[in-house]
Amino acid sequence: MAALVEIRNLSVEFQTARGSFRAVDGIDLTIEAGEVVGIVGESGSGKSVSMLALMGLIVWPGKVQADRLTFDGHDLLAMTPAQRRRIIGKDIAMVFQEPITSLNPCFTVGFQIMETLAVHEGGSRADRRRRTVELLGQVGIPAPESRLSSFPHQLSGGMNQRVMIAMAIACNPRLLIADEPTTALDVTIQAQILDLLVNLQQDRGMALTLITHDMGVVAETAERVIVMYAGQQVEEQPVDALFANPAHPYTAALLDALPERSAGRRRLATIPGVVPGIEDRPRGCLFHPRCRFAEQRCVDEQPLLVPDARGRFVRCHYALVDGEPTNKEPGSIRGEPQRETTP
Amino acid sequence: MTAPLLNAENLTRDYRIGGGMFRASATLRAVAGASFTLSTGRTLAVVGESGCGKSTLARLVTMIEPPTSGRLNIAGTEITEAGAKELKQLRPTVQMVFQNPFASLNPRKKIGTILEEPLRINRRLSAAERREAARDMMAKVGLRPEFYGRYPHMFSGGQRQRIAIARALMLHPRIVVADEPVSALDVSIRAQVLNLLMDLQEEFDLAYLFISHDLSVVRHIADEVMVMYLGRPVEHGPKEVIFNRPHHPYTRVLLASTPAVDPAARSQRISVKGELPSPINPPPGCPFHKRCPFATPHCAAERPELRMVDGRLVACHYAETVGAETVEDEIAG
Repeated sequence: MAALVEIRNLSVEFQTARGSFRAVDGIDLTIEAGEVVGIVGESGSGKSVSMLALMGLIVWPGKVQADRLTFDGHDLLAMTPAQRRRIIGKDIAMVFQEPITSLNPCFTVGFQIMETLAVHEGGSRADRRRRTVELLGQVGIPAPESRLSSFPHQLSGGMNQRVMIAMAIACNPRLLIADEPTTALDVTIQAQILDLLVNLQQDRGMALTLITHDMGVVAETAERVIVMYAGQQVEEQPVDALFANPAHPYTAALLDALPERSAGRRRLATIPGVVPGIEDRPRGCLFHPRCRFAEQRCVDEQPLLVPDARGRFVRCHYALVDGEPTNKEPGSIRGEPQRETTP
Repeated sequence: MTAPLLNAENLTRDYRIGGGMFRASATLRAVAGASFTLSTGRTLAVVGESGCGKSTLARLVTMIEPPTSGRLNIAGTEITEAGAKELKQLRPTVQMVFQNPFASLNPRKKIGTILEEPLRINRRLSAAERREAARDMMAKVGLRPEFYGRYPHMFSGGQRQRIAIARALMLHPRIVVADEPVSALDVSIRAQVLNLLMDLQEEFDLAYLFISHDLSVVRHIADEVMVMYLGRPVEHGPKEVIFNRPHHPYTRVLLASTPAVDPAARSQRISVKGELPSPINPPPGCPFHKRCPFATPHCAAERPELRMVDGRLVACHYAETVGAETVEDEIAG
């Protein structure tokens, strides 16, 4: 069976006054029906933009290019906007980070959910109303009937996020993209929302893509993880393997920087420097200026996302095994970059 | 041991809300009876969800607002009795670092000006001396000297937070109140700023009141932890004691809700029902009883007071049971 989503060499560029900026740089991604994929990265890594591109939500001056962009065998690139709109919001739905800014403050939540249903499913007004009450119940909103006429400002952040989820699942999507769905919420509410998303995913057999910067959220929910850095995928592994044995130095450094993994050391490991911006995009491997293991080859030659000796997809010349780089030619040590310097 | 640097007893802060010409006003008790001490070189972390009163507590400690009742003694001065002049002298002792470095730095001022402003207001120094002090502090927090003449928008979040920290330290305070100082930062930057905070604490012997909702950060940086719920401390004690064996159901829920960074340890989360009740109209009895898996009718009737159980203060009728069960869980799982 063909994969649900196939993305090949997707790039998104933005024309700015200071030249063009590649927010997403050659992403390859396959999402199978019914799986939970986590996309992790720091701010500016292109994780949200790549999914917005799949949704067709990149507007001028953004430019989307891809060799292949299919959903369930349909070529999204060849479609007219009208055809595409029939899929977006119905078969692919998205939940955004801040529910309070995603919902329209001028309309009741009931109206906003019914609007989605009206566009994609039609049916009579009474049907839509019944279905909306059902959806609000499914996402765990108490007394759903009475909540139909509530405005977003009358609900808490967690409740608003539930409304967003109800709206997203209204048309039984086959892929739900959740973009930092819990970042704006408190931990106990975060746990509730994550449980809800995973339960919905299992009950409905839909695929779930979870975009997050929080390693804990990924560890708790995802089956397969994609790590992004500066617009590129740097690593892709099943979740257990990723946390047990990260292959890319960036993933390893990111995990080391977590207080949970400090192993009793008082000082936390840090990654020197900052994510490259529009003007200081390095040659070769994008991570080499911050990498502990960088060599001359990393400066000269951009690594490709290819399977290493263990079959892990990693964009590094010297993929790590147990925290040590492999494939190193002897005598090529360039010396460690200075640690703890300010950018 | 000498007297603690800061001693708070039964701090309470009420806000009057609503109330128009024809409407009665309501009282919101943002902080209800918080008692704690801060000592030199130590970190007290205040943990809780939004609306639990942790930021109000920060405003009380920094003397931005007076407490409605209770006593607050900072460096030997009773601030509820102090006059305006005394307070002015005391304020440099307590400084604050805010959550969002994109909002807390004036975009129209250069870094140098931002750092020198506290000196201009509180100290009589020449322009050259101020400049010198600002440059010294920039070096201490890891900012390059050429940043002196730049504006905040030219910096990333991590560097801005360094600037905010430098500003807070310009008057050599003894207490720094840090309100979610790293929650707006990316993981790798967060580690840099946490390291910086720990280094500065050692160098200047600072007492931190560290406000955070992120338990993994708190576990790393704190010496003592105070968990708050609806304005009240519900569990308060040394970090290890609380993290290793929480005795309050809410602390347990918080710990269990925090995602573990280990896919093998995907916890059977104790999901808590419902959301934070409105602090305007808190439930009678124990404020947590409506969401608590251990609640009995007794909890709805009588509010538990803080009491000493197993090395920490905890406000729960069934603290012993909760604590014992936690241990069983750990053995079992």
